[in-house]
Amino acid sequence: MTELKVSAIREGTVIDHIPAGKGLKVIEILKLGRLSNGGAVLLAINVPSKKLGRKDIVKVEGKFLSEEEVNKIALVAPTATVNIIRDYKVVEKFKVEIPDIIEGILRCANPNCITHYEYVTTKFYVISREPLKVRCHYCERTMEEEEILANL
Amino acid sequence: MDWTGRDVISIRDFSKEDIEFVLSTAERLERELKEKGHLEYAKGKILATLFFEPSTRTRLSFESAMHRLGGSVIGFAEASTSSVKKGESLRDTIKTVEQYSDVIVIRHPKEGAARLAAEVAEVPVINAGDGSNQHPTQTLLDLYTIKKEFSKIDGLKIGLLGDLKYGRTVHSLAEALAFYDVELYLISPEMLRMPKHIVEELKERGVKVYETSDLEAVIGELDVLYVTRIQRERFPDEQEYLKVKGSYQVNCKVLEKAKEELRVMHPLPRVDEIHPEVDKTKHAIYFRQVFNGVPVRMALLGLVLGVI
Repeated sequence: MTELKVSAIREGTVIDHIPAGKGLKVIEILKLGRLSNGGAVLLAINVPSKKLGRKDIVKVEGKFLSEEEVNKIALVAPTATVNIIRDYKVVEKFKVEIPDIIEGILRCANPNCITHYEYVTTKFYVISREPLKVRCHYCERTMEEEEILANL
Repeated sequence: MDWTGRDVISIRDFSKEDIEFVLSTAERLERELKEKGHLEYAKGKILATLFFEPSTRTRLSFESAMHRLGGSVIGFAEASTSSVKKGESLRDTIKTVEQYSDVIVIRHPKEGAARLAAEVAEVPVINAGDGSNQHPTQTLLDLYTIKKEFSKIDGLKIGLLGDLKYGRTVHSLAEALAFYDVELYLISPEMLRMPKHIVEELKERGVKVYETSDLEAVIGELDVLYVTRIQRERFPDEQEYLKVKGSYQVNCKVLEKAKEELRVMHPLPRVDEIHPEVDKTKHAIYFRQVFNGVPVRMALLGLVLGVI
């Protein structure tokens, strides 16, 4: 059993099995550096993992993720699992999953796309999960992983 | 096949059956038009042409098609003469114009504008070109032209020449040709190659694709040479444009190496990529191609209005 070098949380969310090196990106896209409830955010980088070799773990105190936030994590860390913690116990655990359609959480990388000029909720179709590739519903431009991460 | 109320936004929304249905409807209307001179299918219907970017040819073709169907036309030919100049959103322009019309044709410089317009509008919307993305009605008239000239599309070797990077006509045409058993020769300067994702998609769909910058090396293979203009207005940097300006010129000397039956197409307007001397040869069909826009757009207008 892996011995974690970070403390347990009483209430909140543990995002486990994040590919090594993506933990900071998870914190960034979930804006966890600016938590309004004042809860602690703990990050473990390069933790040994049977599944992944090395992994990152993010623990967030006093916060439960919305569907939109879970979908964002899926784009950055498709192997991640989300654990809901109540009273120090895992009460729910699920794997993140990249949805077929990504709405509202991603900007289009095409600067000439109408979504940058009009009031509109962005929408992308996932055309490949590995490697990650999505197509803009409006301008039809495809975006690959690097562009996707830069536009979350 | 009921098309009433359908939007025509992207060739991606079409199946092969849809394409064939439009082409056969256009053929029927062209025949009827020849016999009767004027049709009345769209009598009492109004088309709004919203051209946020100038395009005389496409606009006139749609207007001609609507008039020949017996309908009438309202609209504007450039954004500076509309409320857009006052800062009105596309959404509001569309919601307003649909109160006055039964069908909307839109040309817009931003990619995805036609899709957004279609989502906002209750009446059918037809995309007449959105930025460098799609121009589906041009594609349909291109397919109609090829089919008229060869009585088939399957089995042909088709060359797409010029600006394959920014040219939306060649993007849509290549995607539509993937429904057929064709070989595609993508001929362009290195800088203006067809976007990688389109080439990959064509290959995934089983199209034999050859990429080259050497027209003369492949012209002898081709049944169709589809020439496009290198579009100065699409280049973010003038210096980049100057590097590739005038990369190709199709003239009689180049055509000496071509097959007898080679047909040269061009969505027009041309600048210097086809020499006027080619116009008189049997290879040139670009003005017939322009004519074909009318029956194809009549078919689309009639179908989405549900009057034919």
